[in-house]
Amino acid sequence: MVDAVRLLQLVINGAAAGCIYGLIALGFVLIYKATEMINFAQGDIMMLGGFFAFSLIAHFGLNYWVGALLAVVITAAFGFALDALILRRVIGQPQFAVVMLTLGLGFIFRAAAGITWGYDSVGFETPFTNRTVKLGGLVLGADNLSIIVGTVLLCGILYLFFSRTRLGVAMQASSQNQLAAYYMGIPVRTVFSMIWAISSGVAAVAAILLAPVSMIDVNMGFLGIKAFAAAVLGGFGSIPGALVGGVIVGISEQMAGYYLPTGFQDVTANVVLLGTLVLRPQGLFSDVLRKRV
Amino acid sequence: MRTLFRTSYKQDLRLWRHRGDLLWYGLLGVVLLLIPATLGEFYVGEMGGVFIFAIAGVGLMMLTGYTGLVNLGHAAFLGIGAYTNAILLHAGVPFIVTLPAAGLMAALAGVAIGIPTLRMSGLYLAIATLAFGAIVGTVLQKWDSVTGGFDGFAVPTPTIFGWPIEGATGVYYLSLAVLVFVLWVSANVLRTPLGRAMVAIRDSEISAQSMGINLALYKTVAFAISAGMAGLAGALFAHYVRFLAPDSFDVLLSIQFVTIVFVGGLGSLHGAIFGALFVRLLPQAIAIVRDDLPFGIGRMPGLEPSLFGLILVLCILFEPSGIYGRWLKIKRWFQEYPLHRRAAKRRQKTYARSERLR
Repeated sequence: MVDAVRLLQLVINGAAAGCIYGLIALGFVLIYKATEMINFAQGDIMMLGGFFAFSLIAHFGLNYWVGALLAVVITAAFGFALDALILRRVIGQPQFAVVMLTLGLGFIFRAAAGITWGYDSVGFETPFTNRTVKLGGLVLGADNLSIIVGTVLLCGILYLFFSRTRLGVAMQASSQNQLAAYYMGIPVRTVFSMIWAISSGVAAVAAILLAPVSMIDVNMGFLGIKAFAAAVLGGFGSIPGALVGGVIVGISEQMAGYYLPTGFQDVTANVVLLGTLVLRPQGLFSDVLRKRV
Repeated sequence: MRTLFRTSYKQDLRLWRHRGDLLWYGLLGVVLLLIPATLGEFYVGEMGGVFIFAIAGVGLMMLTGYTGLVNLGHAAFLGIGAYTNAILLHAGVPFIVTLPAAGLMAALAGVAIGIPTLRMSGLYLAIATLAFGAIVGTVLQKWDSVTGGFDGFAVPTPTIFGWPIEGATGVYYLSLAVLVFVLWVSANVLRTPLGRAMVAIRDSEISAQSMGINLALYKTVAFAISAGMAGLAGALFAHYVRFLAPDSFDVLLSIQFVTIVFVGGLGSLHGAIFGALFVRLLPQAIAIVRDDLPFGIGRMPGLEPSLFGLILVLCILFEPSGIYGRWLKIKRWFQEYPLHRRAAKRRQKTYARSERLR
């Protein structure tokens, strides 16, 4: 009985961590699907989102919900500007250039955040901090639960957005075939910038959901590396895949931390990533496509 | 402007293009040999660091610049080489054996990561090598019965035929010798069928394959060469720092190597050297001007990485051919002086090749 409760606890903790990975991975996937770019600065954009929320809530004393919403909007606007001003210029260059560009941008963001907010970890009071929810015999942290519920809600909203709104459908069209979308009168460039905005907004949501569990600091962007495992596991082109991949990575990490010797928890995500790439490079959720000349 | 007329195959096979090259490289060699006699210990040490980074940079250039394969885990090979060298030296193996052994061990690791990643390209390869680098970094930290973990690992002083290699000067000359060797190997490899195949793979995998190039073989060989050179650099790095700490071979170091290749100029051995100079000397330059900067900019803690990031970004946006490409353009401007035309240097418009498989 004790073991079963322990196991469930691990699964819930893992799922919560996994939701965060999944949300970051979702950002990768959205951008990759649309522009075939990979944003190595996604983790750092999440860090910026966290700091925006910290400034608004802890510094300016805004209500948690208002502050969080504003932080998401600001981060999304930041993402839009980032694409419109910088990343749009490297379309057509080799992909590796984009990888390096976003890595470089990540460095700049990290340094800028360090200069603005300092290098110490910060946190802010949320409605979920240090609360527990009793579910039968199970005691769960409200923080972990809020992450899972928040992720599910966000995914629902994104699903409705992409399937029901004109803009969402236009985004799908542009990522499926740019040229055809362009011919149909969709302003593809603006749409791409909006996709960057959405993915940055999602990253900010991830940071805000993460705030009750861990502190916000300049180096939290390194979570992004683990999120790669989630995205790859899910097939890198699949939005539900990214989330499921994130949850799998999160749970296996918790399991490895509990059942395996120390040190294994740190490499779990990377081992899962390499394993997936070697054994099933197309990921769990993607159709098999062959290369044609 | 000098125009080369080739009149024999021998001329085509020479490593230098014309006598001017020989003269300038000879002068450079003399200057480099005299540096320890004229400059202070500190600068000699720094130059030794530049050489070591240049060796690893040449290795990465062979892989990224000439074969078109991305590697974000180059520091892992450096770490493998460094620890192999240090552990073997500690066990009493002579340095003349441990140095090649370090290269060999890293090359084996290169094959080990090269084979499973054969099917990957572009982004997937970048992510896979990033993960590989992170795994090796963690293993070096946690496997403390072998690597000493966070306590570090003291590196014994190497001797070659009874001569101890000590201090900054010893490391300087040793690294210089290895760098010249590595450059000689690379320049020769690039003129063989192997090198031609690598460049063909970089330019188009599909057409290389249809010309009968064995993609799997050549990609693995490219990984092995690149990793082997990084292993040599790692062995020298061990003597450069004298005390190995596992966290010095992390993702940030890998990114520094990629910066070397990118800022120096993709697809040229000169680029690797220029890039290494840039990456190693920029922190020194910052340290020198730190106190003279206005508004306390010099004392901001994140100055160095942000400058790296900024230069990387500017380089990709405005000069994708790197420092060496810019140098070639400046040289041509002088050569053509009154007849210089802007349009001759205009960047060709490039189009992304989609990786979507349909």
